[in-house]
Amino acid sequence: MQHYNMNLTLKVWRQKNAADKGHFETYPVKNISSEMSFLEMIDVLNEQLIKEGKEPIAFDHDCREGICGMCSMYINGRPHGPWQHNTTCQLHMRAYQDGDTIVVEPWRANAFPVVKDLMVDRSAFDRIIQAGGYISVNTGNAVDANATPIEKDKADDAFAAAACIGCGACVAACKNSSAMLFVGAKVSHLALLPQGSPERKSRAVNMVAQMDKEGFGACTNTGACEAVCPKGISIENIARLNREYMMAGLTEDK
Amino acid sequence: MLDSKIPAGPLDQKWTDYKGHCKLVNPANKRKLEVIVVGTGLAGASAAASLGELGYQVKAFCFQDSPRRAHSIAAQGGINAAKNYQNDGDSVFRLFYDTIKGGDYRAREANVHRLAEVSVNIIDQCVAQGVPFAREYGGLLNNRSFGGTQVKRTFYAAGQTGQQLLIGAYQALERQVALGKVKMYTRHEMLDVVVIDGKARGIICRNLITGELERHFGHAVLLCTGGYGNVFYLSTNAMGSNVTAAWKAHKKGAYFANPCFTQIHPTCIPVSGDHQSKLTLMSESLRNDGRIWVPAKLGDKRAANDIPEEERDYFLERRYPAFGNLVPRDVASRAAKERCDAGYGVGTTGQAVYLDFKFNLINKYGKAEANKLGIQNPDTATLIRLGKEVVKEEYGNLFDMYEKITGENPYEVPMRIYPAVHYTMGGLWVDYELMTSVKGLYALGEANFSDHGANRLGASALMQGLADGYFVIPYTIGNYLADEIATKPIPTEHPAFAEAEQKVADRINTLLSIKGNQTVESFHKRLGRIMWEQCGMARSEQGLKKAIEDIRQLKKEFWSDVRIPGQVNEMNPELDKAGRVADFIELGELMCLDALDRKESCGGHFREESQTEEGEALRDDQQYAYVAAWGYQSDSQWQLNKEPLLFDVAKPSQRSYK
Ligand SMILES: Cc1cc2nc3c(=O)[nH]c(=O)nc-3n(C[C@H](O)[C@H](O)[C@H](O)COP(=O)(O)OP(=O)(O)OC[C@H]3O[C@@H](n4cnc5c(N)ncnc54)[C@H](O)[C@@H]3O)c2cc1C
Ligand code: SF4
Ligand code: FES
Repeated sequence: MQHYNMNLTLKVWRQKNAADKGHFETYPVKNISSEMSFLEMIDVLNEQLIKEGKEPIAFDHDCREGICGMCSMYINGRPHGPWQHNTTCQLHMRAYQDGDTIVVEPWRANAFPVVKDLMVDRSAFDRIIQAGGYISVNTGNAVDANATPIEKDKADDAFAAAACIGCGACVAACKNSSAMLFVGAKVSHLALLPQGSPERKSRAVNMVAQMDKEGFGACTNTGACEAVCPKGISIENIARLNREYMMAGLTEDK
Repeated sequence: MLDSKIPAGPLDQKWTDYKGHCKLVNPANKRKLEVIVVGTGLAGASAAASLGELGYQVKAFCFQDSPRRAHSIAAQGGINAAKNYQNDGDSVFRLFYDTIKGGDYRAREANVHRLAEVSVNIIDQCVAQGVPFAREYGGLLNNRSFGGTQVKRTFYAAGQTGQQLLIGAYQALERQVALGKVKMYTRHEMLDVVVIDGKARGIICRNLITGELERHFGHAVLLCTGGYGNVFYLSTNAMGSNVTAAWKAHKKGAYFANPCFTQIHPTCIPVSGDHQSKLTLMSESLRNDGRIWVPAKLGDKRAANDIPEEERDYFLERRYPAFGNLVPRDVASRAAKERCDAGYGVGTTGQAVYLDFKFNLINKYGKAEANKLGIQNPDTATLIRLGKEVVKEEYGNLFDMYEKITGENPYEVPMRIYPAVHYTMGGLWVDYELMTSVKGLYALGEANFSDHGANRLGASALMQGLADGYFVIPYTIGNYLADEIATKPIPTEHPAFAEAEQKVADRINTLLSIKGNQTVESFHKRLGRIMWEQCGMARSEQGLKKAIEDIRQLKKEFWSDVRIPGQVNEMNPELDKAGRVADFIELGELMCLDALDRKESCGGHFREESQTEEGEALRDDQQYAYVAAWGYQSDSQWQLNKEPLLFDVAKPSQRSYK
């Protein structure tokens, strides 16, 4: 790959803490290599800010491999930036050209309050999982792993849904801040497997109830979530969630 | 003085006997006992969930915003288990033997045998939780091979095995949170262990959002805080992975064992420039299907695809015909370094070798698919197309990741790879019960030293983390807590808590008041360079001595010139990082000291002074068949305790993969 250097203008959301109102600040950054990742570019800016005696930009990140789901930047109006099926940490600077201006904001949603600068609080997702996103099996109670064969197609579909990294980009992209793609992915993962079957009904009902309680909005099927999901979680999972939910409502017993 | 508490009796009966005779705590008493679990990766999440299920009151801590983000999530290739589903001759004994041999005879037999025994239960447990492992068309579980073995015993979920296993453990943990059995503290960093009358009784931690220090009591404390590969700055670990929790425990009396045993993984994306913040692994599972080579001719600058077959040097297949591309990691890494040092390396820096999929894409997968579809005499283009589909299913996410980082398409051109720091076999010394040298303080997962000797085999860390958390600690902790049922919770006003908190506060204030000129990051980078150059893939007496001096100098500079912006009473990532880097600097010194002391080569520890004529690691069992367990005395002062390693069953021999 041919590489090149560039100078950029960054407009970054700065907010001291949850109570602060927040505002944009503009920063020039110079000599950015096209081989850097987006977060490495922010690292360069932060080193510069520290040297100038200013506060560096706080942002969430950990694995920098697109799998932990921690990074969460809203870049030029799109969660995780311009590339398809990608996370912020895996976005590389060859996506940009010399002279570009890049606007960076945190996820915006009532259910994800800002902690500081670009960091938000996504603990609502953990609470949704607590409401039923699991199979109730205690350690040591399992039968042999090959006792229950599972059709490969079903196992593959369950895996595809389980690939969700819990980043929250789907919520950030949705004009209603709906969490249906996240919830749909978990409900589908478990509903597609025979092991998850006994708790199907209560799971769908309880997870949806928790989602509403957390203040996520309703789904109006715009598909914005699927378009930005870094793991390509299909919107079919929302349809499956709706079916699971309906089915649970139609039957009396739990 | 070091009592490893290995049960008596024949190797394959020890664990069964232990379980049959260890003390138990009855359900009513379990409810009164509190356990602190620091870290919620595979080891911590599985431990916290299992202890919650048993009825203990658990408090769990992690520094990320959710337990689902622990570094375990990034594990790619798979998890071993002696299921022998492939009927290819696997057994508990073979997994035990491979692990001992792979570790170059520097691990404890009893622990490793137990690990092999419980490996089979792990897979059952995970499947029951809904972990979607890869399956065959018949609906049964599929396996792949990993390095250092000749059987297929690795279970996997594409290149995302760690993610799927951690999500399973995370869900089990969240279920216990919902049931009120576990209280979860996210964005909390443990900064000290509280020891009262010789027993671990709690921790001090910092709420990373508000900056407040908190005191938490526990009848026992479990450290499941992962490995310390980031002491090298560049590694495949997540950015936040650190040694802080283990280091604080070390300073409170827990021995640190074999700190210099580091794993350098052969297949990682090479460094591209100074800006680099981390290195990315390309899973070992790729060596199932990728062949490693360099040009046979010195100075051959042609593009990889233009170099004909007969002008390529498949150096692993050449040097190690029996294991070929699937030799253990330490062997593969050194062989790649040898070729690059000799000038055969590829890419702009010359610090890379090729990992090439074309052969198997066509010959293995392409042909098999063509057969399945009944295509007679398929042409190469068809074979490539069919092969790609299969390769995509097996490793799609890894290929995508490679392309995002390098801008090159590995389906078309071979990957360029180079060794990088990946895993730390060393860690807190623990006995058979996973208890450190401080009573009531346990270490699980990568944070302990126990099972991998001087080199870990691929797909064995996930196995160990889950073994420790699901199947070992639930028994061994009972053996300790049974004697604690009369101990009432100690109020955190106790002077030991106050004193520990004060020390933590003092250190933070000292750091913030330095107000020097150099950033934390710049110190970390310098430490990493020293470690990589002198305590990396090859080590020598001279280099290590120099490294120790350099590190002491760096430490002085750090404590007089580091600049940390921001305040103490707020979210302050630079402050968090500064504390971690300060601990890494101290650890770096101990690692070099340990490497200096161990004059033999073994596994990942390669002393240039100790090699065979063919350049293989040369062990010295006479003098070094021990675990080096270092006790902290004072600044830069350690005392070496040796735990002799006895091999009753797997008799040490010169490791050969030829
Ligand atoms: C890229 C990559 C791929 C890998 N692939 C494989 C593979 O295919 N197969 C395999 O077997 N192994 C693999 N490994 C190794 C394996 O993933 C790790 O060894 C293992 O996951 C470690 O698990 P753990 O639970 O011990 O620690 P971690 O998962 O690292 O968890 C550490 C936990 O401790 C917490 N923590 C740390 N310090 C503190 C503190 N001071 N206060 C509070 N909390 C703290 C963290 O928040 C986290 O929850 C891979 C490793 C890497 C880097
Ligand atoms: S569904 Fe996609 S966008 Fe939403 S949390 Fe999961 S991975 Fe992120
Ligand atoms: S930092 Fe882990 S997904 Fe981006």
